[in-house]
Amino acid sequence: MNNSEKFEYLLRLGDNVLILGQRLSEWCGHGPALEEDIALTNHALDYLGQATLLLKHAGETEGAGRDEDQLAFLRDAPEFRNCLIVELPVGDYAFTVARQFVFSTWYELVLEQLLNSTDEFLREFAAKSIKEARYHKQHAQDWVLRLGDGTDESHSRMQKAFDEIWNYTPELFEMDELEKSAVAAGVGPDLNEIRTAWSEKMKETLQAATLQMPADGWGHKGGKRGNHTEHLGYILADMQFLQRAYPNARW
Amino acid sequence: MKPEINDIWKVLGEIEDPEIPVISIVELGVVRDVSWNGDELVVSMTPTYTGCPAMKAMEDDVREVLNELHIEKFTIKTVLSPPWTTDWITDEAREKLREYGIAPPLKTSADKLSLMGRSRDISCPRCGSRHTSMISQFGSTACKALYRCEDCREPFDYFKCI
Repeated sequence: MNNSEKFEYLLRLGDNVLILGQRLSEWCGHGPALEEDIALTNHALDYLGQATLLLKHAGETEGAGRDEDQLAFLRDAPEFRNCLIVELPVGDYAFTVARQFVFSTWYELVLEQLLNSTDEFLREFAAKSIKEARYHKQHAQDWVLRLGDGTDESHSRMQKAFDEIWNYTPELFEMDELEKSAVAAGVGPDLNEIRTAWSEKMKETLQAATLQMPADGWGHKGGKRGNHTEHLGYILADMQFLQRAYPNARW
Repeated sequence: MKPEINDIWKVLGEIEDPEIPVISIVELGVVRDVSWNGDELVVSMTPTYTGCPAMKAMEDDVREVLNELHIEKFTIKTVLSPPWTTDWITDEAREKLREYGIAPPLKTSADKLSLMGRSRDISCPRCGSRHTSMISQFGSTACKALYRCEDCREPFDYFKCI
């Protein structure tokens, strides 16, 4: 992989956690219970910390003098490389839980593979972040079980959440040219291989939660190459406001 | 004149953790290495959790004491590998945590069950009872979980393992 490919690859990883962290922070002060409010803001903090490391390294790899703050606050929507699933609105708590379970299961599998990356930074990053990712997955899984196998109301909301989010999951496993060259260089994982383990985990947990696993079908794609839903623009308007209104403002 | 490395460690060992002021950043295991590279001092630090907001405060504190030592050239390097683990918290610091009201982290191997919320090894820092239960895996800071003692009924923080 040349540096510009690696830069793009790092943006994909970094933007996923940056945007998901920003989304989760919306629960701050609005969680359904104090413990959950605190849990999700803890997740958000971990994701933002990981995004900082990834985007800092992306900036160094690009070599154009952009640091992590410039990459986060001064790019417009088409320059973001996250998967669409992370930019969807928070929805109700069931939707947030479904997304966390789908994403964090996938993310842990990706990090597991990155432990053996030929890229030293990604190896070190994965060893650090996977410890946090495991806590996140456990939290989401507990809630899928509790809500799925809970009351009629919580069960139907949990089912609806998985039904709604399912068409956004294929993109997580999309192998385009960049992903293929990452595999060829030993930098990143073959997402097709991860998919089997991911599907099994979904099946096992949804079954235990008395939920129906939605059928695989058509999937929304484009985020990895900068084609986003309308929702990303609203996140950026919120997240980037200060730097746009007061360029170079510092704490 | 260059201060001795041991003396620098000693001064760094007096910097309090910004969130848990009873232990120092050296006891926490965040300062990984201190060495002279020619006339430049290199202090290597490692984050506890990647997003821990206290890291910035710790770096500022290190900068301040190095300035007080009149060390003109220094860099603070962030190292990720090997990743920070609660096993690096010294035994003395664990006891200080307990006295402060925070249940100290178990060694990681013993913590597997607590990740599932089923550990029987986390003692209440107030009454010592092992009859405790997890309220939430996520607590007041990134590094803590929230527990409750079933005997004295007090809630308490547990410094969770990573």
